[in-house]
Amino acid sequence: MHIVVQACILGVLTGGVYALMASGLTLVFGVMHVINVAQGALVILSAYLSYVLFKDLHVDPFLSVLIVAPFMFALGTTVQLVFIRSLRGESAEELSLLITWALALGIEGILGAIFQTTYRATNPGYANSSWTVFGYQISVVRVYAFALSVAILVLLYLLLAKTRFGRSVRATVQNPSSARLLGVDADRVRTVAFGVGVATASAGGAVYGVLYPFNPGSHYDLISRLLSIVVLGGLGSVGGAVVAALLLGVVEAVVAVEISPVWSSFSYFVLLIAILLVRPQGLFGIRERTL
Amino acid sequence: MSRLRPLGLGRAAAVFGAAIAFPFLVTPDWLVNIGVFTLMYAGLATAWNLFSGFTGYISLGQAAFFGIGAYALAITFEHVSIGGGYRPFYSLPLIGLAVALASLPVAWVALRTRAMTFAIVTLMFLFIVQQLAFNLRSVTHGSQGVAVPQPSFTSNFDRPYYFAMLGLLALGLLATWYVRGSKLGLELLALREDEEKARGLGIRVTRAKLIAWGLSVGLTAMIGAVWGYYLFFIYPESAVDPLLMIGAVLMAFLGGKGTLWGPMIGALVLVPAQQWALTDFGATRLYLIAYSLVFVVVLLLLPQGIVPSLRRS
Repeated sequence: MHIVVQACILGVLTGGVYALMASGLTLVFGVMHVINVAQGALVILSAYLSYVLFKDLHVDPFLSVLIVAPFMFALGTTVQLVFIRSLRGESAEELSLLITWALALGIEGILGAIFQTTYRATNPGYANSSWTVFGYQISVVRVYAFALSVAILVLLYLLLAKTRFGRSVRATVQNPSSARLLGVDADRVRTVAFGVGVATASAGGAVYGVLYPFNPGSHYDLISRLLSIVVLGGLGSVGGAVVAALLLGVVEAVVAVEISPVWSSFSYFVLLIAILLVRPQGLFGIRERTL
Repeated sequence: MSRLRPLGLGRAAAVFGAAIAFPFLVTPDWLVNIGVFTLMYAGLATAWNLFSGFTGYISLGQAAFFGIGAYALAITFEHVSIGGGYRPFYSLPLIGLAVALASLPVAWVALRTRAMTFAIVTLMFLFIVQQLAFNLRSVTHGSQGVAVPQPSFTSNFDRPYYFAMLGLLALGLLATWYVRGSKLGLELLALREDEEKARGLGIRVTRAKLIAWGLSVGLTAMIGAVWGYYLFFIYPESAVDPLLMIGAVLMAFLGGKGTLWGPMIGALVLVPAQQWALTDFGATRLYLIAYSLVFVVVLLLLPQGIVPSLRRS
């Protein structure tokens, strides 16, 4: 029992980080019906940026988010303006899927050319210390990571719920043409929302670099998890993504201790398929009709 | 039933005549090797088109069946003698049929979702199969990979593989041509345009989608099997490769999805360039950058594809 509780704690802490990375993905889908397959590669890119900042300038990885996030926001808006906005026509959604995939490959290629395929990890002094609470080991870094993720998710929630920009985002999600009639600049909302979605990758990347060793190819593993989280939660639902991420984090950690770590990442695929059988639209999704 | 038109027949004869003559006219092994890969991608893109081009459901998981086909052949001939070296080719129809049938439950689950969700679910299926290839060590030997027995023919080594790939491409084109003119083709077209309406008109949409899926998967698995035999050694990361998948999809988009010759034309344009980039920049991973640039240019400039653009002008 002790070990299962320990695994659950680990799972919740990990799940929080995944929730942050997936929330950007699902937000972008909600606003513009684009699945950003490059989200994983952008997280890895951020991980490299905060790795370099830590190694060469000794910036703490958690603080480096403040530097990396504006850069990722700018990158995201540029990508949206250059590649995604110009896609028109009936198959624009599928094309955006492929074009962000190409973007992921491009990022992987550039990172591979600069950093080769050696695994790296950001190693701040506190990386291996942990607290003991009621006999359970709790890693300090994971708690920081979880706290950072929760903080950013709360910020994201406030941005969506309380600001004028958030209102125009929600209006665009619910009904793009009515929103435009009411004076919402839908194109601008889409660009900024894409930038915000990509900017969440900066925090995800900083944390990822501390928690796991990574190389340019790590984004495949990451994006497969993120995609399963957003599909499980229901495409476009930020709350659903958070629930799904916590669920997957816990399932993965428990399977790792009870069965074998080899099967842990496989277990959430099984969970996902089981849920899709019952609810094809995901936990909190709206049933998709024809295109 | 599709009609045979003299023009179409002449076109097919010219294309396949040139393809058959190629390995006899061009002898350097490395060129025939590029030929094998070109035909492989042409076949994969054609097979992908058979399902996704006709139904409008973008599958990003077909490469999983490529890998399953390769493993099926490799694991079978670990235990069975390959005879003179041609026996694995004769086993292809069986592998194709078995993989296609085994894939139907997967399709049935995946097809409960629509549009983007379907694309993501199939993409995740690709990752699941790769994980399984790593984890089921007793069957696949995990990351060590499986060795396929080497055939005894040594002179003109690439030729049998070349013709096997050509045969599978021909099969794919024939299936596409037949389906396009058949009742099934009309049903697929109807459900691609409006699935609810098609269902309302009494079309058995699930049956139509599953048949197209089965054809596409069987063909993909057979191509994978030939590829595995050609390379002698298969690993989880090379047999179930997201890059292979995106390559095939890109070629279908470049040539024109939903058309007969489009995917093949896309492969003819892109594969030689890809193989060249791979040999010249492979070590530095710059080929990934080149690849993604080509991809972006194709999608932004020619989203309709070559064949439909030509037809319109």
